[in-house]
Amino acid sequence: MPISDAPQTQSQRRPPLLEFNDVNTYYGELHVLKSVNYRVGDGEIVCLLGGNASGKSTTMKTILGIVRPKSGKVTYAGQPIDRLPTAERVKRGIAPVPEARRLFPRMTVLENLEMGAFTRSDTTEIESDKERVFGLFPRIKERLTQLAGTLSGGEQQMVAMGRALMARPKLLCMDEPSMGLSPAFVEQVFDIIQAINKQGTSIFMVEQNANMALSIADYGYVLQTGEVVLHGSAQSLRDNEMVQQAYLGEMKAQ
Amino acid sequence: MESWEILLQQVINGLSLGAMYALLALGFTMVYGIIELINFAHFNIFMVGSFIAMWLMQLMGFTGQTHILYGLPLVGLLVLVLCATMLSTGALGALIERYGLRALRGVSGTAPMITTIGLSYILFNVILLTTGADTKNYSNPMPNIRWEFGDAVLRLREVMLWGVSVVLMIALHYFVRRTKMGKAMQATAQDQEAARMVGVDVDRVVIITFFIGSALAGAAGLIFGLYYNYTSFIIGYTAGLRAFTAAVLGGIGNIPGAMLGGVLIGLIESLGGQYLAVRWTDVIIFSILVLVLVFRPTGLLGRAAPTKS
Repeated sequence: MPISDAPQTQSQRRPPLLEFNDVNTYYGELHVLKSVNYRVGDGEIVCLLGGNASGKSTTMKTILGIVRPKSGKVTYAGQPIDRLPTAERVKRGIAPVPEARRLFPRMTVLENLEMGAFTRSDTTEIESDKERVFGLFPRIKERLTQLAGTLSGGEQQMVAMGRALMARPKLLCMDEPSMGLSPAFVEQVFDIIQAINKQGTSIFMVEQNANMALSIADYGYVLQTGEVVLHGSAQSLRDNEMVQQAYLGEMKAQ
Repeated sequence: MESWEILLQQVINGLSLGAMYALLALGFTMVYGIIELINFAHFNIFMVGSFIAMWLMQLMGFTGQTHILYGLPLVGLLVLVLCATMLSTGALGALIERYGLRALRGVSGTAPMITTIGLSYILFNVILLTTGADTKNYSNPMPNIRWEFGDAVLRLREVMLWGVSVVLMIALHYFVRRTKMGKAMQATAQDQEAARMVGVDVDRVVIITFFIGSALAGAAGLIFGLYYNYTSFIIGYTAGLRAFTAAVLGGIGNIPGAMLGGVLIGLIESLGGQYLAVRWTDVIIFSILVLVLVFRPTGLLGRAAPTKS
């Protein structure tokens, strides 16, 4: 039962940076994303809610080109990117903060950050971006020479975000940024996500913690077994009964 | 010979063999580190390298051990032949990766490894059919300079061998640690998908890894010829298996491990041959391989398990 938000919220949104048009993605025979449409406006925070195996991670992998859609169109900054290799997408400004951080465990924190700027060669700009990352994450600066694999989960999340920012992205794709973090840390991470967004980076975020995600997002999509069953402004999703029951843990008053 | 002279002589021999095995082991370990593939074609890239170097020297008029050079001309010739050989075997390795193995990347099971065995046989038979099965007298312009320590002898060729190996290993270390491509290799070895996500072109990393590993095998091929004064289509087998053992002993995928493992296998071969019996050399070496695989499969410097954070 696909429910859609009132159409006027769509028209109020900013011009699109990333769009999915009827995207179908398969793993072998398995139909994972079923005619999915998303739209991330320039400067927005958009969150994608959904349970396990709903296709959230596949969405991320499709954006990055780690898996290719069988049909449909993925457009970024006005251009189709379906055929571009991952490296080229990163060069054009899409940077991932992958699920479970995926740092390079036997490199130092500093080396991990520098790997984030792998596609860039503007040395002085890279240095100033490093300072920007230290400004957002003062704790990283104290751990620069430590091997990334030895950091705590929260610190790893910060380094993963810092590494992504080192690519100077226009679009940050975050896969479960709150996973495995203590509540205090989750709050900190979401504050930083907002700060990054205010500095001009659009954010597409997959998140289980719907409460947190909807509290900072502009717009949201709800994915169920590969289909977008609901989308709308963050406010309208928070008010939606089905979202409340399924993702916000609030029972409907009898 | 006094017993200390025998020991010294065998250590000199062992370090020489070890340096050669180390160069060869690096190719196995680097490719394994990046794509978890044992490249058995590496055995015969080494063998082809020793032929290429010999042909180059023959083209320049050096046949057998009659034309001797000294000083700068000798160094110049060796550096030239070394570089040309390394470029050739490097290109051969890159071609093998691009046209023999890339299509099989990501195929699970043993298909890629079996393919490397097939490619190895192709190289082996091409050399056998074009040059014949007889042992070739190697071109060697090095003078027979030697230093004596009692009855133990250190020859110029051993000094050359150590020098070339040490320089190449330092260069490799610098490349992997300090350059952008080296960092991309480390990143790919640690987490291929994450490397892709920061914009590393993994295909390029893989082909360059094959190039470098094969270039080092070419250097080892030249060194083999200069050290033993012969080459043959069959040299890849024994040296390759021992170098493979060295890579496993040091910890497959680990670059310093391959260097350490190479030197240890070289010493074990020479000292074992001296104090037990030469005919037991392979038994000792492959017993070590079996024991390492059973009791410490990660090798001496290997990690306990890949850390996925």
